[in-house]
Amino acid sequence: MRMDHQLAERWIAPHSHVLDLGCGNGELLAHLQQNRGVTGYGLEIDEEKINDGIAKGLSIIEQDLNDGLARFADNSFDTVVMARALQAVKSPDVLLLDMLRVAREAVITFPNFAHWQNRIHLGLKGMMPVSEALPYEWYNTPNIHLCTFKDFEQLCAQHDIHIVNRFAVSDSEKGHTSLMKALIRQAPNLLADVAIYRVTKQKPE
Amino acid sequence: MNARPNNTSDQSPTDTLHSASLVNPMDSVSSVGIITPQIFHFAEPLTLECNRTLPSFDLIIETYGTLNSDKSNAVLICHALSGSHHAAGFHSDDDKKAGWWDNMIGPNKAIDTNRFYVVCVNNIGSCFGSTGPTTINPDRIDSDQNNVNKNSLNKNNPASELQVYGPDFPLVTIKDWVKTQAMLSDRLGIDVWHAIVGGSMGGMQALQWSVDYPNRLKRCVVIASTPKLSAQNIAFNEVARQSILSDPDFKEGRYLQAGTYPRRGLILARMVGHITYLTDDAMKAKFGRDLKSGKFMYGYDVEFQVESYLRYQGERFSENFDANTYLLMTKALDYFDPTRDYPSAMATDSTESAAQLKDSITTSVESSKQSTQPALEDTVATIDESEQNRQQELSALKAAFAHTQCQYLVVSFTTDWRFAPERSQEIVDALMATGKPVSYINVDAPHGHDSFLFDIPRYMGSVRGFLTAPFISDSKSKQPAKGTNQNSQQKAGARS
Repeated sequence: MRMDHQLAERWIAPHSHVLDLGCGNGELLAHLQQNRGVTGYGLEIDEEKINDGIAKGLSIIEQDLNDGLARFADNSFDTVVMARALQAVKSPDVLLLDMLRVAREAVITFPNFAHWQNRIHLGLKGMMPVSEALPYEWYNTPNIHLCTFKDFEQLCAQHDIHIVNRFAVSDSEKGHTSLMKALIRQAPNLLADVAIYRVTKQKPE
Repeated sequence: MNARPNNTSDQSPTDTLHSASLVNPMDSVSSVGIITPQIFHFAEPLTLECNRTLPSFDLIIETYGTLNSDKSNAVLICHALSGSHHAAGFHSDDDKKAGWWDNMIGPNKAIDTNRFYVVCVNNIGSCFGSTGPTTINPDRIDSDQNNVNKNSLNKNNPASELQVYGPDFPLVTIKDWVKTQAMLSDRLGIDVWHAIVGGSMGGMQALQWSVDYPNRLKRCVVIASTPKLSAQNIAFNEVARQSILSDPDFKEGRYLQAGTYPRRGLILARMVGHITYLTDDAMKAKFGRDLKSGKFMYGYDVEFQVESYLRYQGERFSENFDANTYLLMTKALDYFDPTRDYPSAMATDSTESAAQLKDSITTSVESSKQSTQPALEDTVATIDESEQNRQQELSALKAAFAHTQCQYLVVSFTTDWRFAPERSQEIVDALMATGKPVSYINVDAPHGHDSFLFDIPRYMGSVRGFLTAPFISDSKSKQPAKGTNQNSQQKAGARS
């Protein structure tokens, strides 16, 4: 399982009702359903991935995230998950607020555009970054709203979104030494290439 | 609704126009082979929704594949308006025309007969062997016996034609059909269906099953269907009915006794129906404005290719179908409404939310009143009303689905305007709002409503995957989110 999925799993309570936005082939949902008794739906737009999810016995709904979440009532889920899709939607800010309307909590992962490799690409080479987390060329990338950890946290602050947890990981350098892990914790916006946030509209008691 | 026994298993619309599908009946790799229908007689009286009673009835069915020892691999197929029990395979060595869903059902196909025991029932009221307007009315046998010889008008007709139900056959509903299908299940010893599958009107039966017999099916596949007919849908059905009813040969439904047949009415009814099954684009691609003879004839004979096609389809249909059955089937469609048995939940649930909605809209209008033209208020009122209706429909469906226990697969087709994708999504939204397991795909296909009869890999793949996927128990069905608010309370209310 992908590292951000493993982390997302930690923050999802057993037997909760979950909405997975951009659920792919349903890997995370299947895992949560089998191991944590979670129920819920995955939204996906890729035809093959939808059929893969259906064949796993999951509840997958064909829907474009750009169409918003109007079909879901307020607080109809415990947690809404969105793994690496925020940067690919037309209005990430609107969607983020909508996520926190339909669920108490949102778990969001996205690639960090301020990762040092990206900075080298742009700063020294003068070219748009291409990396493991961002494998596309500028002209064919679905990632139209890339942001950094700082950008995301600023957006949260503007909309009174409370960050419950934050975790920075590095996809490209698995099996880090403890020193490297410590360094990532010190300077995540520079060293981590994927961010996982757990956010809520309400301040915790 | 358009489960024609005719050109259904073909791949390409262009070669389906005037030819039946040619498949080798002996091709055992892809076909269930030669099938013999079976008839089940039910001697007990059947009281229908209209409060009339059939003293007894027959169901004609076909089965494909083998029922396993614990009877857990049975799949029920529900047919559409003009369909029959003959869903797959052939009736003889010479039979060149496969059953209407032969591309879906068979060895290694989406509904795999190597794995599943598949049952397809002809519904009562139809004209393919189950009790209906063209079968003998037991009440008439005695009363008509003496009249047969006296009736000089009908001396050329066999006695059996004089004794058919004809227009006296009661109006049956989707709910009635599902009831008879449940009686058949008992007879077959099938307590729980692995899946119940239907397209169009067949999808309505599958949906009704899940509401009426929630513990008797594990999976429900609803294809190109709708939670209920729209006013436009009913309007088209009414045109079809009036075509038949106004044909002088209809003879108030007693055409068999009168020795006539409302052929023109039936052709017209089919023509208008057929237009709604296709799309503007598909018709443009197939026919354009092509002329049969290449020039205008300045008359009313067939000139454009599309006219030729429609007349051909209508004529062929009129030869295989019964006019009283067509009338009755369209009424069953119009009456379909799985929420009818759940009125109370609808009243309480929706009035509340509608009132809240009205308040919020009124507030926003008030706040912007100074700068607003009067027209805006009308617009707001219209939006208000349609949103209220939407909420009402949703609450009613939620109440109907609250007790269902199966997993659903809902399939729509992008170009279907008879039962548009939005109608399927109403079903999906209501199921999700009650926390029920449901998957939904909206398949891009050019054939309009007819798409459900085509071999579209993505569509077939979804059905295959859904039927063979592990069953995730509904016992873990959604708990309302802990943060109590008005919506989660509504949900709890609808469930209790």
